[in-house]
Amino acid sequence: MDHGIRAANERIAAGESVGDALRLDGNAAAGILSELFVPDLTAARATCAGCGATRAVGALLVYAHGMGTVVRCPSCDAVVLCVTRTATQVWLDPTGVRRIMIAAAALPA
Amino acid sequence: MRPIAWRLATVADLVSETARARTLVLDVPGWPGHRAGQHVDVRLTAEDGYQAQRSYSIASAPEDARVVLTVERLDDGEVSPYLTDELRVGDRLELRGPIGGYFVWDVAIGGPLLLVGGGSGIVPLMAMLRHRAAALGSAEADARHHIPARLLYSSRRWDEVIYRDELARLVEDDPTLEVTLTLTREPPRGWTGFRRRIDRMMLAEVAWPPAERPKVFVCGPTLLVEAVAAAFVELGHDPARVKTERFGPTGGPA
Amino acid sequence: MTSPFSRGFRGRPRSAAAAGRLPPGQYETRDFPVLSAGPTPRVSLEAWDFSLRGPGGQTARWTWDEFQALPREPVTADIHCVTKWSKLGTLWEGVSVDTLLAEAAARGVKPAPYVLAGCDGGYTTNLPLADVTGGKAWVALSYGGEPLAPEHGGPARLLVPHLYFWKSAKWVRQLHFQERDQPGFWESHGYHNYGDPWREQRYAGDE
Repeated sequence: MDHGIRAANERIAAGESVGDALRLDGNAAAGILSELFVPDLTAARATCAGCGATRAVGALLVYAHGMGTVVRCPSCDAVVLCVTRTATQVWLDPTGVRRIMIAAAALPA
Repeated sequence: MRPIAWRLATVADLVSETARARTLVLDVPGWPGHRAGQHVDVRLTAEDGYQAQRSYSIASAPEDARVVLTVERLDDGEVSPYLTDELRVGDRLELRGPIGGYFVWDVAIGGPLLLVGGGSGIVPLMAMLRHRAAALGSAEADARHHIPARLLYSSRRWDEVIYRDELARLVEDDPTLEVTLTLTREPPRGWTGFRRRIDRMMLAEVAWPPAERPKVFVCGPTLLVEAVAAAFVELGHDPARVKTERFGPTGGPA
Repeated sequence: MTSPFSRGFRGRPRSAAAAGRLPPGQYETRDFPVLSAGPTPRVSLEAWDFSLRGPGGQTARWTWDEFQALPREPVTADIHCVTKWSKLGTLWEGVSVDTLLAEAAARGVKPAPYVLAGCDGGYTTNLPLADVTGGKAWVALSYGGEPLAPEHGGPARLLVPHLYFWKSAKWVRQLHFQERDQPGFWESHGYHNYGDPWREQRYAGDE
């Protein structure tokens, strides 16, 4: 999935936007999240602090084009997680998450 | 080594799938194994230190000892043309993985298994079908009937259908697997199959009804995935059982 | 571990030349990449408005039709994204923030030392007053001779080309003048508070 940010090849139907076609999902955040968390987070369930909806992190929407990885709730569009990488640090803003629930089987033995 | 650590893979073989898609067979020392549906991150470094990184779904079944990727060239892509046109056997590739635990399937999860893909979205779905064939192929004949599988695959043209021949062979060998293609641009002469983008009517025809509670996986360009996922919900399928992987704007239109 | 070179990989053409027009670390692109932190907002022009708000709460507001009636000027600018691409000689048309401030003053809105731009979708960015006045900033309505497309911030975006392009907030609806500097979205997530490309102020802590 070459994350090309140019949409030249895609036919956009009426009412849709080039920007919307760039949207990804939690799978696209799996890489950066696996640098920060030992168990895979995409299978974990997260509760949105904005609206209370609970979903697998893999089912959240991800906007990830260069400046950072912005993970949003599909129900209310609030930012659930935001991960940015500066020259010397990785910033994780978790304030959009009320809680994350990880299956015990997913934790390291 | 933890999956997240970068490793150096060696290109063992290259196979042309279609005019735009090429399969990379990689030897990855210390590969921890993977599940069907997971991906790897590939990182390229130019001589001046410039780096580019992309994710590619693993095409091989977990039963395969090698890590196999299938990459489709995007005309204005930065990384894919290098992988499809420049890379040679013997070259090294930095990669890390396997990554992802949401968009995964193995036979233990059960079925019925319903796969919907567009363009290069077929890659992780193929890993699932290859795993299913490897895991159930030699099992008692019953096993396959308990986990029937259907694939609906959208491509632009007949010669852009990735894994076309292998899919035909899988179907021939396995009456519990159904593959339906839809071609959205010029179908070949005599084509009697679907010839339009996947829509709710097509899904209603091809899919099991919600009462069968199929495990659904949808992968491909973002707009196709979102339209198909929405259609499944409209048809009454439980959203929690419809898993999606968006590939962004590219990877072939619906 | 230093990464080994990928034989034969060059990446996108990266000309560091362009005779001093490229800030450090930037390369020129002919495309116009779309970067978004969220979904593309959709607002009807009937519902759209733009406001300038002073520190005391005084507000000057324009509907779309009223905004169309304001004097516009063409702008040719080099734009620099913190993700390292630069696009030279881009053509815009917009209403200067100086014009907006003058119009707002007539309605009793006084500026203040800091600005927080607010946008549809919730995006924010902050700037000093001095960086949006004196012919340095516009509310842009068209790009390349066409009405501004939604994915590039249409119907209206802020345009502040002398700073990294994340400051040129897409889908802008409000400029709020404040006594205190308030970091916006990216400034709160590790990016530099000011963002001068010529001093390569990309991240918090960069000099």
